[in-house]
Amino acid sequence: MVEGAIKYTIPLALVSFLIGVIIALLTAVMRLSSMTIVRAPAVFYVSAIRGTPLLVQLFIVFYGLPSIGLTIAPLPSAVIAFSLNVGAYASEVIRASISSIPKGQWEAGYTVGMTYGTTLRRIILPQATRVSIPPLSNTFISLVKDTSLASLILVTELFRKAQEIAANTFDFLLLYTEAAVLYWIICFLLSIIQEIIERRLERYIAK
Amino acid sequence: MLLSIQGLQKSFGELTVLKDIDLDVGKGKVVTIMGPSGSGKTTLLRCLNGLEIPNQGYYQFHDGFTLDFNQKLSKKEMLQLRRKSGMVFQSYNLFPHKTALENVIEGPVVVQRKDKQSAISHAKQLLSKVGLEDKMDLYPHQLSGGQEQRVGIARALAIEPELMLFDEPTSALDPELIGEVLGVIKDLANEGWTMVVVTHEVSFAKHVSDHVIFMDGGYIVEQGNPKDVLEQPQKPRTKQFLKRILPEV
Repeated sequence: MVEGAIKYTIPLALVSFLIGVIIALLTAVMRLSSMTIVRAPAVFYVSAIRGTPLLVQLFIVFYGLPSIGLTIAPLPSAVIAFSLNVGAYASEVIRASISSIPKGQWEAGYTVGMTYGTTLRRIILPQATRVSIPPLSNTFISLVKDTSLASLILVTELFRKAQEIAANTFDFLLLYTEAAVLYWIICFLLSIIQEIIERRLERYIAK
Repeated sequence: MLLSIQGLQKSFGELTVLKDIDLDVGKGKVVTIMGPSGSGKTTLLRCLNGLEIPNQGYYQFHDGFTLDFNQKLSKKEMLQLRRKSGMVFQSYNLFPHKTALENVIEGPVVVQRKDKQSAISHAKQLLSKVGLEDKMDLYPHQLSGGQEQRVGIARALAIEPELMLFDEPTSALDPELIGEVLGVIKDLANEGWTMVVVTHEVSFAKHVSDHVIFMDGGYIVEQGNPKDVLEQPQKPRTKQFLKRILPEV
């Protein structure tokens, strides 16, 4: 089970989250655009992902796509589905964080000669990052637990391992409790990392 | 003339906030803009560096750079306009995640791609000039309002603009901190910087500026040399305003 966690659950969550955050950043910036043609696809994407169950998204990628000739192995399928899912949720977090930075910061960037992109990168995002760490940590912790759904598309991650062992020994309570404890430990460690990051980013904030 | 403006007009939706503005800013001169709140003075200042984009009007700079706002301007032209001036805000708008020194070198290093070491030594000179040589490594939240505003001034100076713009630079300050900021601005005037200052400080306008503009309702009501406008105002609106903000003697 621990092997399933180390070989699949943690890497799956980590890779999906990283890809998801990149998608989210792009989507958030698109949603903040004043041009409808840029904003509309982002709005559509977020609405579609948030409006459908993750399990259904996972099944579409793994079981659905082969019927149009696109067969993807279990693990990559899971990465694709989870990344797209996290991308939509995290984009809302990032969008809100960017919007929470006072307009004066944009203007200050512009008046030292920066373009929109430079101001976003040098001035706004570093401040928005601090704001978005707590909600993004939530998203990440949810994702770690959601990876258990990958067991349903044959990824031998933590929960699938528990099921396999339980199928032979019939120790359902013991094994599923053990799985639960493992998820809890991972999430507990993550919340400690979250705290360390928050403390580091808060050094320039008045206490 | 460093900058000549003709026929400037600006509206927000239905609301016209600036009408028929003609304005000349002489090289090395200090122009102050005064007027009641809502008169359009801050909007005018923000039009000078493109934070607000005028709906009509014509800008001519001394170096031949011109902008005609009756046509749609490119991003590149707007950027070129913005880079001609440095701006000091009423609420400072320092970058909170950067130290005083990092605030000042941000423009030169990131925008102008200057060598970091020379940018740092220039920034140190500027921070010394505004009296903050011992505060360079502090974050904005560790500074007083007056100190923050002086960092703001150093940050604007660092990009070596042709024109310095001040938007009510002392309005957010405690009374006892106003002097230190006005003192710095006065030094800049003596050094020959071209400046446009929106302010309510009558004595500053009278003693430091070369030209006073009085605005009301989006128009320039009266302008001229400070002694004339502030001591013998011609227009009733100017008289009324000055009477209200000047303490009775």
